[in-house]
Amino acid sequence: MWKWLHPYAKAEKSYILSGKLMPWFLALALPTFIVGMVWGLAFAPADYQQGDSFRIIYIHVPAAMMAMGAYSTMAIAAFIGLVWQIRLAEMTVAATAPIGAVYTFIALFTGAAWGKPMWGAWWVWDARLTSELILLFVYLGIIALYNAFSDKVLAGRAASILTLVGVINLPIIHFSVVWWNTLHQGATITKFDKPSMATEMLIPLLIMIVSFAAFLGFMVLYRFRNEILQRESHRPWVIALVKSSSSNDSQGA
Amino acid sequence: MAFASFSDFIAMGGYSFYVWLAYGISLLSVVFLVINTVSKRKKIFSQVEQRLLREQRIKAAENKEGIL
Amino acid sequence: MFNAFIQVVRKELLGAFRQQSDILNPIWFFVIVVTLFPLGIGTDPALLARIAPGIIWVAALLAALLSFERLFKDDYIDGSLEQLMLAPHPLTWLVSAKIFAHWLLTGLPILLVSPLLAVFLSLEVNTFWALFLTLLIGTPILSLLGAIGVALTIGLRKGGVLLSLIMLPLSIPILIFSTMAIDAATYGQSYLGLLALLAAMLVAAVTLAPFAIAASLRVSVS
Repeated sequence: MWKWLHPYAKAEKSYILSGKLMPWFLALALPTFIVGMVWGLAFAPADYQQGDSFRIIYIHVPAAMMAMGAYSTMAIAAFIGLVWQIRLAEMTVAATAPIGAVYTFIALFTGAAWGKPMWGAWWVWDARLTSELILLFVYLGIIALYNAFSDKVLAGRAASILTLVGVINLPIIHFSVVWWNTLHQGATITKFDKPSMATEMLIPLLIMIVSFAAFLGFMVLYRFRNEILQRESHRPWVIALVKSSSSNDSQGA
Repeated sequence: MAFASFSDFIAMGGYSFYVWLAYGISLLSVVFLVINTVSKRKKIFSQVEQRLLREQRIKAAENKEGIL
Repeated sequence: MFNAFIQVVRKELLGAFRQQSDILNPIWFFVIVVTLFPLGIGTDPALLARIAPGIIWVAALLAALLSFERLFKDDYIDGSLEQLMLAPHPLTWLVSAKIFAHWLLTGLPILLVSPLLAVFLSLEVNTFWALFLTLLIGTPILSLLGAIGVALTIGLRKGGVLLSLIMLPLSIPILIFSTMAIDAATYGQSYLGLLALLAAMLVAAVTLAPFAIAASLRVSVS
């Protein structure tokens, strides 16, 4: 694996490779997004209990899942980056964090907008919402730490360390929040957990999950390329890239 | 099709505000993320471009001095 | 190696006693914050006893945050942190010594003033013991977690706010388990299981945190 991986530890090669991969992710994300949205919003049958408000599930659940997925990506990248001292892996951590934060925010907001008609309140201290809120705090902490360093190499390493600390802590946080929640509000049944879902409802959800995952991949690659460009901005290959793009612009104008 | 008419679809069985709010804000935050990411790329490009131009100007000025 | 540990602890303690305000200020802060609550909410003993665990733990968290400033900062400024990193002993070990000293200077005083606060907030004896035990096990975890945050932010100009942003979310489990244990004690239930969980977290923190701290220091001091 090492031999296969090693060439991609070079910045220029991984810039080109991620540029090649990006359109594929977008080609997967956009159609699945449109199909899943239309299917979920217009064609899936309404829930017999929650009516049409359950259609929020088609963004809430994918966003929540992929917020965790983004964090797992960061944790794996941080581990690789710190153990094998690969800077590109640390860049991946920095590239993924903002996307994960946005997904977490979406999961939180849609959860609140769903909770209002279901519970009668925008915010209840539901276990899942609470751990999503804490996940958002952790994301913001990582982003803030990364931005606070002016030396981006150090910033990447610091963010990686914090990511790994968080990955040990997050399961404990989740576990403690669930336990705390059952103690304090045993009566509230969480409405997000749907043990049995009709197939017509489930398929669009799965499509949306694929779409969110592909979009996550696309955005990670895009931001990853940004990180590479920023750090390598004095290298000849970046300068050549900039020159060729600016000459293209002038031709087009 | 779960809805009889387009206005039914917009009404979302009485939950229109919540459903469209959730979808709207989600779309908005994703759009914000995309704009942020794309503009960052453009910023890096223009920064490098400006640096190159500056270097060129410095070189040109040095050459002129040499001639004079 | 054990000698080095004791030497670091002794040096820290001696230095702290020369600058006593560094130790006393967080404690004052802790006492004042707890005092504010009865003034703000009212003096109904039942209400106070009900919310006391949360108040005391949140105040302890904030006081701990205040005290972290002096954990590595002075050493960072005068360069002795770099010397520590060049020392022949493993950095994790020396860092553990520093955190132990820090806990002696900040965690222990909080434990010592906790009976006073228990009286302020009209806690019963049983509840107080639960509070005491959770503080005993919980504050070292706070010190270890906080040390990670300090080590990460030490080289930054505006590290203080960032430190709290990083550290507070991570300390939520300690807050939850501690207050749950105290609540259980209030209702006369057994809280041994929760204490065991806290103790497990302490063991995990003691074994893992020094490595994270050492790695963070290497990032910050370079």
